[in-house]
Amino acid sequence: MTTADHASPAQARPDPIDSSQIAQLAHDWTTLLEATSSTSLSRPEIDRLTIRLASDLVLAVAAVPMLSDEPQPSSPDDAGLRTVGRAVGTALVNARFTSAATVDGTIRLLGERLSGCVPMDTADQDVLVRSRVAHVQGAVASGHADALLEVVLVEQEQIRRADLLARERAEQALRASESRFRSVFTDAAVGIGVGDLTGRILDVNPALIAMLGYRLEEFQERSVIDFMHPEDAQESWADHRDLVEGRRETLRTQKRFFRADGSTIWTDLTVSLIRSDDGRTWHQMAIVEDVTDRRRLQDQLAHEASHDPLTGLPNRTLFLQQLTAALSDTRPGAGVALCFLDLDSFKVINDSLGHLVGDRLLETIAHRLAACLAGSGMVARMGGDEFVALIRWLDDPAPLELLTGQLLEAVAQPIPLEGHQLTVSASIGVAQAPAGQASATDLIRAADITLQRAKLEGKGRVVFHDPQRGATQVTLYTLAATLPGALDRGEFGLRYQPLVDLRQDRLNAVEVLLRWHHPRFGVLTPDRFIELAEETGAILPLGRWILRQACAEAVRLDLPPDLRLSVNIAVRQLQQPGFVRDVLDTLRETGLPPGRLQLEITESAVMAAEAEGPLAALRELVELGVRIAVDDFGTGYSNFAYLRRLPVHDLKLAGAFLDGLGASGPPDPAAVHLVTTMIDLAHGLGISVTAEGVETASQAQLLKALNCDTAQGWYCGPPTTLDAITARLTS
Amino acid sequence: MERPDWAPVGVDLEKPSAARVYDFYLGGFHNFEADRRMGRQAVEMWPELPQIMQANRAFLRRAVRFLVSCGIRQFLDLGSGIPTVGNVHEVAQEMAPESRVLYVDHDPVAVEHSRSILMDDDQTTAVHADLRDPDSVLADPAVGSLLDLTQPIAVLLVAVLHFISDDDDPTAVIRKYTDAVAPGSYLAISHASADGQPARAIEHVGLYHRRTSCTMTMRSRDQIAAFFTGWDVVEPGVVFVPLWRPDPGSPIEERPERLTGFAGVGHKP
Repeated sequence: MTTADHASPAQARPDPIDSSQIAQLAHDWTTLLEATSSTSLSRPEIDRLTIRLASDLVLAVAAVPMLSDEPQPSSPDDAGLRTVGRAVGTALVNARFTSAATVDGTIRLLGERLSGCVPMDTADQDVLVRSRVAHVQGAVASGHADALLEVVLVEQEQIRRADLLARERAEQALRASESRFRSVFTDAAVGIGVGDLTGRILDVNPALIAMLGYRLEEFQERSVIDFMHPEDAQESWADHRDLVEGRRETLRTQKRFFRADGSTIWTDLTVSLIRSDDGRTWHQMAIVEDVTDRRRLQDQLAHEASHDPLTGLPNRTLFLQQLTAALSDTRPGAGVALCFLDLDSFKVINDSLGHLVGDRLLETIAHRLAACLAGSGMVARMGGDEFVALIRWLDDPAPLELLTGQLLEAVAQPIPLEGHQLTVSASIGVAQAPAGQASATDLIRAADITLQRAKLEGKGRVVFHDPQRGATQVTLYTLAATLPGALDRGEFGLRYQPLVDLRQDRLNAVEVLLRWHHPRFGVLTPDRFIELAEETGAILPLGRWILRQACAEAVRLDLPPDLRLSVNIAVRQLQQPGFVRDVLDTLRETGLPPGRLQLEITESAVMAAEAEGPLAALRELVELGVRIAVDDFGTGYSNFAYLRRLPVHDLKLAGAFLDGLGASGPPDPAAVHLVTTMIDLAHGLGISVTAEGVETASQAQLLKALNCDTAQGWYCGPPTTLDAITARLTS
Repeated sequence: MERPDWAPVGVDLEKPSAARVYDFYLGGFHNFEADRRMGRQAVEMWPELPQIMQANRAFLRRAVRFLVSCGIRQFLDLGSGIPTVGNVHEVAQEMAPESRVLYVDHDPVAVEHSRSILMDDDQTTAVHADLRDPDSVLADPAVGSLLDLTQPIAVLLVAVLHFISDDDDPTAVIRKYTDAVAPGSYLAISHASADGQPARAIEHVGLYHRRTSCTMTMRSRDQIAAFFTGWDVVEPGVVFVPLWRPDPGSPIEERPERLTGFAGVGHKP
């Protein structure tokens, strides 16, 4: 420190200075400094400073009289005084005693007290000391001023430079963030648009330009409102109003927009409010994603979920929704009718002409039904060849007889398909109820039961639900409802009816017959439920079960090796691709030799077998030794021509032929001739003949005389258990 | 790239900043007209303000000396402001030259200034960050390179917590820092309070709110003491700022509540 350096030679001299005076000066100075300037120095620290500065000053002022008795106005000591004074001023500034009040107080304090610290012997000395004090006061003030100016300039420059640097850095950061934002804006796959709060569009990115097909300038001439789709309800834009008016920050919704070419796109739209730093609302920004395809797919999925893929009609799901809605119509006078419609002979068409033709037929019928009820009701496809018409009315009941008549007529019109003119009929069951007075389940059940009755009563007709007759309908309904689970519940059993070789008068085969031990209706024969089973498809597991069960029972009971099992096979079984494998597996697993199995198929199945799959299946089985019999021959087309092409071993004449063979009386010659001819024709084709429904010995005698091979019927024995058959064979 | 005219503009540097106004109160010249205008207006309303700031500054000096004497050689000064005479690194390095100091402030000008005066000092660095976001402060590379958080450090929150509103949950902010430091670390806090001069304090808060982007939250002694929850508060506890370990020989402050505000130092067990 310059003050210290300067002071040290003075201290080497004998010291006349009153140090207690200096301490007092320093103490008052400290008090002054503390009161007039900001400092973080502690009081002892300030004390140390003021003691040092005061000592320097006192020594400087006192130094000259001690050095020389003859003062010289501009001696080098004046420069020394000045140096000490300026150093004190600088030291004050450096210690942050910078205020004007500090300078003011310091100058005054030094003027009042400094001379008192210097011993003065003479008046001359006194004058000299006072002049030196004044001199040093000036130096302190100028030193302080210069140092302060320097500090101010330096600090101002520092802070300006820091400000500039900070601005530069902030701008760099802003530029970086802007260019990042720009590239997001430009390269984004989603559309981005910015508008002011009045809706005027300011900027859009390329994705949005591509999405909506307008040029940037065209966007900028438009308002957000111009793009709003009129079909979007006004209230759905209320959220947007809330946003631009600052009541919400963001909204997300799906909206339609017009493209430049007039088409409409669906978008997933997010609009956010951009606020400035002080929180004022500033702009709105929209992020737009084209979801047209997604939306179309959703619509399509929703349509598919509620519509039948083949006919395009509403499906069961949609029908149930509509029915439930119709029934919950609370308006007085509202009514609902259900018309269940089922094609009468669809199964035959499907079986004989194939599924493709069947499908085309269903499509045609579906369109006709829908056209027929356009405006007056809804038509749905319930599945298979079942349709339902839902008709609603208010006050005046719908003219149901007229409408259903039109439906039947529409079905009955010939349908040209693959060169055929197909004619089908339908049965309709109608049930109706005032809205709110029936459940959907009840009404459906009533219509379904009524439809079954229509079919039983002769098909091709409309039957209206009659609650009085409900009870008998219930049986059929119950059977239909209980059939699917009956197999699992073990409700089915088998019976066996003997077939007797007429030439040897010997039991050589049994026909396997199905029985349903119904928990409510007792033992049911197949004529009560087999059609139901075929319609519902339950016949497939049932058929498999019969075959397996019969083979297993036959093997278990150790029947004579030449006793054949004759098992009925439904058309649908024959059409199953895995049928042959099923039969072979069954034979292998049960151990029944193929030669002991005969499959009975109906005439219609034989016709269906003209199709590739079933015919091949039959041939394959025959090659393995399985026999084929045609059941109920003579009730259908009785066409001998096809028998030539099919691998058939046996023809079972329907019981009706035997009516004329005199169960109780002389035979009818014409009937005898007919049967004779059929037997001869069959034998001519190498096919044996079995007569069904043989009831008397005379019938059996006659048949034997006519060369009929086998007889079956009450005369030969009723259906019974396999144990009973075994007993009969061993007796 | 052209700047879109709707993009938000940058930070407004013409506003008074708390750091520069503080410098003005302390007689510094690291300030602009806007800062001085606001400072003068505040002093007019509350003449003791410079002394309050001075008292805080003095507390900082005493606290740093105390901490160095406790063996601390690393300092994290949060909300350091404009470095003026008597800064942490000066005080600490005067006693222990190996002391390292990291200054953190969210005022970009204050940080730039700190950097320029610290350019030659590789034991001291300034970081531009918001102390309300401890995760990013602690993740700053300067923390890792300058401080060893496995060793005790001193976290300084001097005259800054009152700029953190309750919405920013100062307790949670402090917890993040104190969780990050090693046992044996210290926490020094001084904080403005309305306990001494309620009317003036409220007036002052309003002025700050109007003129700067800062809001001030005065807190009671109990609230300030609660910031030390989980720490052992060293003697004499949380007290009026001038009463915290005054230098021997200093005159006893007759009316410490005049310089309203509390200070304390905690020790992490």
